[in-house]
Amino acid sequence: MNATAPTATIVDPPLGRRASATQVAMIATALVAAALLPLVVTSPSRLNLAILVLMAAQLGVAWNIVGGYAGQISLGHAAFFGVGAYTATILFMNHGVSPWLGIPLGGLVAASIGVIVGWPCFRLKGHYFAMATIAIAEIVQIFFTNWEYAGAAVGLSLPMTQRGWSVMIFNDKASYYWLALGLLVFSLAVNFVIEKSFLGYYFRAIKDEPDAARSLGVGLLVFKQIALFASSFLTALGGGLYAFKELYIDPPSVLSTGLSIKMALAAILGGVGTLFGPLVGGVVLTAIEEGSRSFFGGSGRGTDLILYALIIIGVAIYYPRGIVGWFVERRARRQAKSLRSEVVDVAG
Amino acid sequence: MLRVEAVTKRFSGLVANEDVSFDVGAGQIVGLIGPNGAGKTTLFNCIAGFFPPSSGDIRLDGVRIAGLRPEQCAKAGVGRTFQIARTFTSMTTRQNVMVGALLRDRRVRHARRDADALLDFVGLSKSADRAAGSLTISEQRRLALARALATKPRILLMDEVMAGLNPSEVREAVDVVLRIRERGIACLIVEHVLEGIMPIADRIVVLDDGRKIADGTPAEVSNDPAVIAAYLGD
Amino acid sequence: MPTTDILLQTLLSGILIGLIYALVAIGLTIIFGVMDVVNFSHGEFLMLGMYSSFWLFALFALDPILTLPLTTMILFAFGYALYRLVIRRITDAPMLSQIFTTFGLMILLRGLAQFFWKPDFRSITHSSVEGTLSIGGIQIGMPQFVAGIGAIVVTVAVHQFITRTKTGAALEATASDRDAARLMGIDSQKMFALAWGLGAACAGVAGGLLSTFFPIFPEVGANFILIAFVVVNLGGFGSIAGAFWAGIIVGLVEVFGGLLIGPQYKLAIVLALFLAMLMWRPQGLLGKA
Repeated sequence: MNATAPTATIVDPPLGRRASATQVAMIATALVAAALLPLVVTSPSRLNLAILVLMAAQLGVAWNIVGGYAGQISLGHAAFFGVGAYTATILFMNHGVSPWLGIPLGGLVAASIGVIVGWPCFRLKGHYFAMATIAIAEIVQIFFTNWEYAGAAVGLSLPMTQRGWSVMIFNDKASYYWLALGLLVFSLAVNFVIEKSFLGYYFRAIKDEPDAARSLGVGLLVFKQIALFASSFLTALGGGLYAFKELYIDPPSVLSTGLSIKMALAAILGGVGTLFGPLVGGVVLTAIEEGSRSFFGGSGRGTDLILYALIIIGVAIYYPRGIVGWFVERRARRQAKSLRSEVVDVAG
Repeated sequence: MLRVEAVTKRFSGLVANEDVSFDVGAGQIVGLIGPNGAGKTTLFNCIAGFFPPSSGDIRLDGVRIAGLRPEQCAKAGVGRTFQIARTFTSMTTRQNVMVGALLRDRRVRHARRDADALLDFVGLSKSADRAAGSLTISEQRRLALARALATKPRILLMDEVMAGLNPSEVREAVDVVLRIRERGIACLIVEHVLEGIMPIADRIVVLDDGRKIADGTPAEVSNDPAVIAAYLGD
Repeated sequence: MPTTDILLQTLLSGILIGLIYALVAIGLTIIFGVMDVVNFSHGEFLMLGMYSSFWLFALFALDPILTLPLTTMILFAFGYALYRLVIRRITDAPMLSQIFTTFGLMILLRGLAQFFWKPDFRSITHSSVEGTLSIGGIQIGMPQFVAGIGAIVVTVAVHQFITRTKTGAALEATASDRDAARLMGIDSQKMFALAWGLGAACAGVAGGLLSTFFPIFPEVGANFILIAFVVVNLGGFGSIAGAFWAGIIVGLVEVFGGLLIGPQYKLAIVLALFLAMLMWRPQGLLGKA
């Protein structure tokens, strides 16, 4: 059994077809609109919501590279997020390293850990791999919970003495919004470049039929590692940004298994292996979380958990290809139908 | 070109192949036949790198390939297809072939060109943009051939390409195999559909119970009493 | 260097908690063995068993040991129903769907428990198994001791069921070759539902036994699910005997690891063992690869 997402008869449009002029125009418009949003939406809480959406989407995009395209279901990605957050924070607090350097460094640290961990883990198949990722992330969380230098269970609070772009700490939300947007666009760009290159083809081959891929010269370990490197790097960047936005990190907030699940879920809800799936997933996920929190009240009665869980189960059973996947499949079925009716016309 | 020398493959107690030796010359079609359980696919898997032989040697143009991993065998020039087509279902027909082509040239544009040429070669150009999973079995088999050919192999191992096909599909498959030989690629074909392989093979190697029991032209082999006994006694 | 007394104490408590782990893991391994599905919500069966014991105690003043059979039946029915309502839709689905369905169930059950029973910690304040036991100078809690004995009894019972009854044989047949079993007239769907019922019942009994000394709260399953995975993997997916011995080993590793390295690292040590097993012997001690 191999850990692949269902991929029966549909094919995702971005791979292979050139983007049409309308598609490019649409994306450009969306980008401009997104960039201008903080000028229109000024309420800090609304803007914060937008930032949460962007961050959730970005984490989904990052996870998607290794989980959606290469088909390696990691349920421990929070380890990379946390390592990114802690690295950037510690470098800043204890060594005065600017986050502009510290956050990418955090990315490299996380990616290196990913490669080291990937080496033995990628040999594992299916659920064994998923469980190994959970175990590793839990170990990382326990490690940080007991590491005094990193604040142990108490966590780390970033000093608010300095503000501004050099330290990436702001009073207003708009600047964080643009950072989050920039990171998301960057992550999407990385994903896009990978998808269009030979890596995109190799990742999909590995996900669909690993043995056939090997028979065509595709070494499984090397390419899974590449996918994981990119994925963990981007995830850690997200962690670094989180640290400088929230100004407080502790093991439960940046290393929990729940967080790992959410990252995977953003991609799965929206559509694994699609470019824009995680965007949709990020929006829906954040909407659910924030929506049920405000609707049912944070009384700790678990209503948001229930709603969340029902959606996860529903998607897993009925829409495993996610929202975007469902659209793509609908279009493919319509195309097939029109093709068939053409044939009937000719024959009849 | 391909030399299989005294290859034995053991799986904790079970001997799947025992002391098998034969050659495949450049541009030859060699059929590998034998009753079920004779060890044909195991031998394939050894040659293609999916497991190392327990003992013996396998050489391609004098270079040892025994024990190499599958992806290394592919780079060395061994192409193979599988009994089940193993099509990449999340990609189109063309994209499937491109995966093979990318081995020799990482540039996607070039891979696309090579893929189109190969699709034309196997007669699947019309389906280039269709989801590969929607092709028929016979089409998926030809796709698998095109995909393997895209890696520019020197020898192509085909595992039961003709099984389960109707007579006209068998003729199509035979046609493709002959055209592959015309390109100078050696073919080692495991086959049960004897009407397909006997007419086109230069030589036939017969396995039974892990051992080679015959090695000769199709005419010689079909008259060999040991071969007849093996098939009748099955 | 810890004293002999402390070592013996640790040894005994390791074995006792290990027996509980074994029982939970046996349920998990039955489900996996029969239908190749990893049940991420297994810890919640334990949680429900604990709450079943608790409510029967709190509302009807029934002793938790007495109500064990009732708890077992409740959880069996629950597992069976869960299969029929939800799980059967994903028996042949891709792994991603299976993982996320059982994961979703995990969250759902925790959320429901939180909703209906509030997140407060509960405990069974008195039962027939209170107090401590003295064995050769070592003190052990009576509830822990009884729980260990109970776990052995249930394990033996399950083992006998699987090996000695016709239904048990049918279950085994489905586990080793679903299609062959079907050809022999064994209804796979019934076997799967049975596996879920049995698996849930095992975890439920473990919960009932635990409820005599362990705090009861909606997330209590989280403590046990990871360890259950480790045990199942160590013992070999699908092997009941394997899960039994592996449970004891893991219990011992946990308490001795905690003693030697530090109690806050107990889980990390067990998980490290897990990772080592995955790398070197993924099929476990007694498992089918």
